[in-house]
Order: sequence, then structure tokens, then C-alpha cells
Amino acid sequence: MHDAVAETVRVEGARILATLIRTVGDVQIAEDAVQEAALAALGAWPVTGVPPQPRAWLTVTARRKAIDILRREQARRGKEEEGTRMIELARADLPPDEVVHDDLLRLIFTCCHPALSPPTQVALALRTLCGLSPAQIAGLLLSTEAATEKRLTRARQKIAAAHIPYRVPAPAELPARLPAVCGVIHSLYTSGHATFDVDACREAVRLAELLHALLPGQPAPGAVLALLLLTEARRPARLDASGAAVTLDCQDRTRWDAAAIARGIALLNASLEASRRRADPYQLQAAIAAEHARAASYDGTDWPEIVRLYDLLMSVAPNPAAGLARAVAAAEASGPAAGLALLADLPPDPRWHAVRADLLARAGRHAEAVEALTSSLAGTVTDVERRHREQRLAELRGLA
Amino acid sequence: MPQYLALTYTADVDWWAPEQAAELAEYRQFAVDNAGSLRASAVLHPTATATVVRVEGARGGKVVTTDGPYAETKEALTGYYLIEAADLDEAVAIAAQIPAAWGGAVEVRPVIAAR
Repeated sequence: MHDAVAETVRVEGARILATLIRTVGDVQIAEDAVQEAALAALGAWPVTGVPPQPRAWLTVTARRKAIDILRREQARRGKEEEGTRMIELARADLPPDEVVHDDLLRLIFTCCHPALSPPTQVALALRTLCGLSPAQIAGLLLSTEAATEKRLTRARQKIAAAHIPYRVPAPAELPARLPAVCGVIHSLYTSGHATFDVDACREAVRLAELLHALLPGQPAPGAVLALLLLTEARRPARLDASGAAVTLDCQDRTRWDAAAIARGIALLNASLEASRRRADPYQLQAAIAAEHARAASYDGTDWPEIVRLYDLLMSVAPNPAAGLARAVAAAEASGPAAGLALLADLPPDPRWHAVRADLLARAGRHAEAVEALTSSLAGTVTDVERRHREQRLAELRGLA
Repeated sequence: MPQYLALTYTADVDWWAPEQAAELAEYRQFAVDNAGSLRASAVLHPTATATVVRVEGARGGKVVTTDGPYAETKEALTGYYLIEAADLDEAVAIAAQIPAAWGGAVEVRPVIAAR
């Protein structure tokens, strides 16, 4: 019961916050008001039961709390409060859906404004759009609660002091502004993905669903949602019963989420249509994920096609992670030597050493593989990866 | 309306030198094009003419001066514009037209409004 109440309060809170920020004209005051309303709900509802219209209850309560906060500010500053703001807040009716729709978009674009640093954009989105606490955000972003609080406070101060606008960009500006929003969602997803943290991934999918629902005609949000769904579809097979990592070649493909895969592929196709088939990095990554999802088995994967997609990805958005994945795909398509040749051009890090160890082992160079895998354990590695690599190292020592 | 101070960071040049004439003309053109949004502006002499002033201890203490700018950086503070704009997006759009924005950088700082 309590978890369901907390979830309702959290989801409705983000919706109410988006409109309240516009009415109040201040992120901090609006956040405080929604927070106080949420606390009131969490205190009352487990006793009284959830009211028939929880959204209306929370909206009206948050507005009252905002009025209280504004009056306190007014008394402190000895300044007369703007009448129009107070009248707006005293209303008892709910804003229509299309108003909330626009307010949510305003909130998204303000959180992901290019004048804020990327980590701040992620933290702000988690706070305002997902309704997570600073402690929860710190857990997802591998930071401390104090540092996260500080980051959020500075962000709110900058939004207020620098007058970062609370506005949906004009259609002509959207192509320039959407990559930052998609970047926030994608980096949130990959941060969770790397640590097998269920929550970061779920919040990222939630944001991707929201952005796509708000801007259904834009190709980028559809591509990000497709990429997340196609990646998320493989999650049930990614860990075995003991919690150990299962690599793609050993995954039980019957455990993949077929419905998510079908939806991801449909979204990708619609996104490609909308962008007239000029692929962006998210579409290419989604296309690669779709190619894996379509294959009935690891050996049945169309590796030359995957290499071709990675070549395209590296030409539009070169990055070390994609470079590593391309080397793996090239090894599958044309043998370990082709993969090792591509690795030579990439910067070494723990994952690079691990991939190299795997390719060396497949080329029969076991002693070098042991050396590479040992190097891969020297840097920052998750516990799941460490267990996997240590087990593999023991196998390789036997062969070397 | 909010005000923003746009600080220009560029090569530490002498704006009166003949070889700067063409670039200075570009700055003048920017000021003409955006006259409606500019509340003040200044072009600074090179950092070699700068003097840093400190007072030891507290108010009334010994005045210590040192030659040169406060911070030695590759790009120097060479001027400023006080911009009036509806919001940060508008201020950034104006700042992006200052010649310092290419080849150097423009730092846009919101000015605290008088209460």
C-alpha cells in the first residue's frame, strides 16, 4: 500500500511541478511546495486512504503550500506580492492536459538547457521530472547526497539568476536543442546499465517515454526510446540465477522481451521515416540493437551488417565504446585478426584490455591473453565484471 | 529587464595598433547592430597596463600594488558589454555576435538587479 502511494505521489508530483514552476516563476519555491504536498499526502493517505482524485488533491495542496511559501517570502522581504500569481494559485480547477503537456516540455528543455553542465542536467531531470530525492540521485550517479544537493541548489540559482527561460523551443530550434535532452536520457540509461542498476534504467525509459509522447513527430526521441527498449529487452538474460554476467553469445534468447523488441523496431522504423533516413547516432545504435534482437542465435547474427552500422556510427559520432564494439563485431565477421587491428587505434582502458584478451585467446595467443586480462583488472571494474573476468583468467591460465 | 555583462576574452592586443583596425571595426559594427540592447561597453588597454591593488589586513591597511593583470591567462579580459535581454537565450544570441566569440570567448554573467 505505502509503495503504491509513494509511486502515485512521485509520478503526479512531476506533472504538478511542471505547471507550478510556470505559475510561481521559481523552481525552488515550486519544488518546495510540491515536496510539502507530497509529505502531506504520504502522511494522510495511508490513514484516510487515497482520495478518489489524487491528482486534484495534490494539485490544490501544492498550490496552497506555494501560497504559504510566497506569503512567508513576502513578509521576509517586506515586498508586496504580485496579485496575478496569487489569483492563479488560489484556483481550484486542474490545468487542462494540453497545458500540462506544454509545461512538461518547458520543464524538460529547462532542465536540459545547454547553459547547464551535462551532469547537472541529469541530476535536475531526475529531481524534477522523475521526482527522486537527492539521496536517490546520488546513488544513481555515484555521488554523495551533499554533493548532489549542492549541484541542484546551484542549478536552481543559475536558472533564476541568469533567467534561463521556461519555454518550449520554437520548431526551428528543436533540432539544435533535442540532442542535449536525448543525451541526458541516454547517459542516465548507460550509467544504470554499466552497474546493473535497475532504477537508473527504469527512470531513463520513463523519461524517454515521456519525451516521445510529448514530441511524437520528432525522430530523435523515438530513436532514443527504441534504443532503450531494445537494450532493455535483453536485460532478463543478462544475469544468471547466481547474479553473474552472461555475455551476449551465451544468453538464453527465449528470455528476451519479445514485445519490447517489436515495439523498439517499430519505433526505429518510424523514426527513420521521420528523419528521411539520414541516420543519427541514436538511430544507428538502435539499428545495431535491433539487428542483435532479430538474430535467432549468436552464430546466426548478421555480423557484416553490424560492422557496417558501427562504421556509420563511428563516422557520425566516433567514441571509444562504439570503437570497441566494432572491433568485436569485426572479429565475428572476419576473424580475431581483423578485430585486433581495429583495437590498435583505440585508447586502452579496462574494457579495452578485456576485449583484447578475448580476441587474443581466440587467435590462440593464450599467454598474451592472460597478460591483457590481468591488465583489465587493474582499473575501475564492477563486481559483476570482476567475477566474470577472474573466472575467465583461471580458464586462460590453464590453456597458456 | 535582466541585464548581463558580456566579458570578452581574446588575445592580449593593443586595440589602437593599426593592425587591429579591421577587427575593431567589426566590434563597432556589432555595437551599431545591437544598439537597442547595449547599455554600456568598454574596450580595455592591454594587460601590460594593468595594476592590481590590495590592502593588507583590513580597511585602511597598507596599499600594495603589483604590476600586471590579476590572473595571467592565455586569453585576456579585453573589454565588456552590458547587455539588456529578456532571458539567457536572448543574451546568448547577442553575445554570439561579438567578434570575440570566435577566436576567443565571451563570458556572459547575469547582473544582480537593484532591489
